[in-house]
Amino acid sequence: MENTAGLFFYLVPLIVFAPLAGMLINMFLGPKLGEKGVGLVASLASGTAFLTAVLQAISLGQHPEGAVVRLADWIHIGQLAVDWAFRVDTLSVTMMLVVSGVGTLIHIYAIGYMHEDVRFKNDLPRYPRFFVFLNFFIIAMLTLVSGNSYMMLFVGWEGVGLASFLLIGFWYDMDTLGRPSLANANAAKKAFITNRVGDFGFLMAAFMMFWKFGSTDFDLVFAKVAEVAAHEPWVILWITIFFLVGVAGKSAQIPLYIWLPDAMAGPTPVSALIHAATMVTAGVYLITRSYPIYSLSHDAQYIVATVGAVTGLFAATIAVGQYDLKKVLAYSTISQLGFMVAGVGMGAYVAGMFHLMTHAFFKALLFLSAGSVILGMERGHHHLPHGDHHEVFDPGDMRNMGGLRKTMPVTFWLYIIGTLALMGLPPFAGFFSKDEILLDASLHFPHVYWILTAAAFLTAFYMGRQIWMVFFGEARHAAAAHAEESPLVMTAPLMVLAALSIFGGFLNFPGLHQFGGWLAHTLGEVETPEFSLVVAGVSTLLALAAIGLSWWLYGRNPLQVGQIDPLKKPLGLLFTGMENKWFVDEGYQLVVIQPYKALAKFLAQTVDWDFWHEWFHDSVIAKGFVGFTRFLADPIDLGLIDRVSYWLSDLVSASSAALGKLQNGFVRSYALSIVVGVVAILGYLLLNAK
Amino acid sequence: MTLELFLFFTLALIALVTAGGMVFSKSAVYAALNLVTNFLSVAILYLLLDAPFIALAQVTVYAGAIMVLFLFVIMLLGVETLRAEFDWKKIWLQAVLALALLVEGFVMLFQRMGQAANLPFNTASVLTNPSEMAKVLFTDYLLPFELTSILLLVAMIGAIVLTKQVKKRSL
Amino acid sequence: MIPVSYYLALSAILFTTGMFGVLIRRNALVVFMSIELMLNAANLSLVAFSRLYQTFHGQIFVFFIMAVAAAEVAVGLALIVTIFRSKQSIDLDQMNSLKG
Repeated sequence: MENTAGLFFYLVPLIVFAPLAGMLINMFLGPKLGEKGVGLVASLASGTAFLTAVLQAISLGQHPEGAVVRLADWIHIGQLAVDWAFRVDTLSVTMMLVVSGVGTLIHIYAIGYMHEDVRFKNDLPRYPRFFVFLNFFIIAMLTLVSGNSYMMLFVGWEGVGLASFLLIGFWYDMDTLGRPSLANANAAKKAFITNRVGDFGFLMAAFMMFWKFGSTDFDLVFAKVAEVAAHEPWVILWITIFFLVGVAGKSAQIPLYIWLPDAMAGPTPVSALIHAATMVTAGVYLITRSYPIYSLSHDAQYIVATVGAVTGLFAATIAVGQYDLKKVLAYSTISQLGFMVAGVGMGAYVAGMFHLMTHAFFKALLFLSAGSVILGMERGHHHLPHGDHHEVFDPGDMRNMGGLRKTMPVTFWLYIIGTLALMGLPPFAGFFSKDEILLDASLHFPHVYWILTAAAFLTAFYMGRQIWMVFFGEARHAAAAHAEESPLVMTAPLMVLAALSIFGGFLNFPGLHQFGGWLAHTLGEVETPEFSLVVAGVSTLLALAAIGLSWWLYGRNPLQVGQIDPLKKPLGLLFTGMENKWFVDEGYQLVVIQPYKALAKFLAQTVDWDFWHEWFHDSVIAKGFVGFTRFLADPIDLGLIDRVSYWLSDLVSASSAALGKLQNGFVRSYALSIVVGVVAILGYLLLNAK
Repeated sequence: MTLELFLFFTLALIALVTAGGMVFSKSAVYAALNLVTNFLSVAILYLLLDAPFIALAQVTVYAGAIMVLFLFVIMLLGVETLRAEFDWKKIWLQAVLALALLVEGFVMLFQRMGQAANLPFNTASVLTNPSEMAKVLFTDYLLPFELTSILLLVAMIGAIVLTKQVKKRSL
Repeated sequence: MIPVSYYLALSAILFTTGMFGVLIRRNALVVFMSIELMLNAANLSLVAFSRLYQTFHGQIFVFFIMAVAAAEVAVGLALIVTIFRSKQSIDLDQMNSLKG
């Protein structure tokens, strides 16, 4: 059966073409299919991609070395040759499974979520568009993970950026409650532009790669990397640094993470799929994929690991001070991405990928549950007496919630599972993956270990704070009191994700390392440090302590309406910083955006308009041109050319008048001229011809 | 001076005198009569040149048919004379040109031709027999001969068409 | 024997006379006659050459010239008649319709 198993490799283009078919169907027939039809088509398309990924995994079980399936030529210019080829190996298939699997669950969830969302916002025709965008994202993300060269990867990289932009700005003309607003559009622009900075880094790295390696194919590049590293180590360092810029953009690391919290403006399934589970992990995938390059530069590893760790702690501190349900999760995502980047940066690729996978499960679960909570709040708000509808009400603000465990029990339990997984408590998935990263850090980069441990403590704390504020205590708003549970179409995918969040950790159980062995086919022999009871015990104890602290602050005395956060008093200014995201956005405003605007204004007004248009064009070009044309017109044209042509025309008319007299109509004068001619010619011949 | 030479000079004199008479005579009828005489003298010169057929054709076609036609037309139109035909004082340019052409012709004749001009004719001539000429005419020149007939036909039709009076239509 | 140049000289004088007639006369009929004289002069030299070189070609050429001259006279006189009918004159100096 080995041969037949290997045949599945040739089905790999389906992972892109199945969602493409779904997208096209919904694009052209969407409005006719109805909401159920659109959702079914989109989910089936995504599900087909997942099935294809599963088949790839089965084939890989027989042929762990994988395969490269070449579909078509793409670019052939001189030395540059890029094919449209799919790379099937354990790493890419892992990503395919996560992307298409989580993606399919979120598609199903979105059927229910968007059904209500378009009704709250009173814009039913926008329903199919959401699924078109969602399928487009799946296409782009699977192109990213399945590409066989950095160029193909970049195609997907840009594609997911575009999908992200489109989906963040899905309600581009209204805010959460359907009131006219440009906030979502601005958030989309912010995400896109920030990602552009990262893409610049990616492109620089790709150009350098082509310059020094002559190719962007993974295999060709990796074959030459050792040779180049020996002769020109700076090339390796710069490629890795430029890639890190790209990773910082896409995976929301310092200093380019600022777009991700704003990206929560998109519908919740988008936040879950793109901005938590899959797209933002593209950077982690990129570093893992480029492991032969990173492994050769210790400096690069140090920089990447430090950036990841600092991001992990920094984002966690901000998460503590947030009140918006999704914002907390957004900063948590940045923080967890920091863990992953730190992991792969240290060379712990398996740990990083493992955390990527488990994080995809539990963060998707958390976001979707949060979406369920928010929808529940909106339902509650909807049922209120009519007069209350015009007040300013934010369904995502945790200060409006409280006591939801009674009104939304299913969501509550699912949320608890996701939270425990994120906190890293055994035996949930997050415990195993986070522990591996911490273990590797403790062995190689002690400072990273300390930073990450602090971040893990804060993680448990802000998640505990969230749970107490949202689900316990008494309802602080009428909407929370009237909140309703979500339908099965939304909760069923959550249950699957919850199961994965509980049991996903066993995939790489300490001592067995099935996942590590699986990835080793692609990444080579990976180091598998011994399970350390100290590291695991410390982080577990810290998590429990954080939960206890959060109970002491938020659970013991539930927050009352209008009450300021209990952390405000003991922390003071520190909490103000957390609350306001350490004023990073304002800092960017001051350091980057305002000087940029001033520069743009200077260029536009002073350089372009005043100098270039007003002075240069008017004074130099226009006046010079006028002077030159006057010179051409007066002396040259009128004086010389006109006079010559007048003289010529006078000559012609005078000579024609003279010659005209010859044609007098008298046949005898014509005869005379003939004779004159005869005499003249004859005389000439006699005189000259011998 | 042989008889032949005497004959030539006599005929040449007649030809020149009649030619001048034709050019300068005031009356068109006189001009025509001068021309007939000229043609006849030239016809005799053709005989001297061993061309009896051409000589006879000259008499019948030119002196006979063509000149009769001229006279008919003169009489038909009644234009024997024209008022102030030409002024001797205004024709010096034409005279100079004619003289120049003549001088050029003579220069060519006596200077360029050289010996050939003074070649005497062979005494024994094969040209006197018209039937020999007919053989050449109807073998080598058959096609031009036939085409001549078409030419004459066309000329005849043309003359008829041109001179035909356009009659007024009457109801 | 008479040298060929005598005939040619006579031919030249006759030709020049005819040409002079064309140039000075206003009567269309006389001009026409002068043209005939010029043709005749050419014929004379052709026959003389024919005699010199003992070949019939010159004579045959003269024969054709006569045929063409006959045709020309027929058409030319017809034209003169037509012109006279329209202008009541055959004075060439009154005919300048060709003037541009």
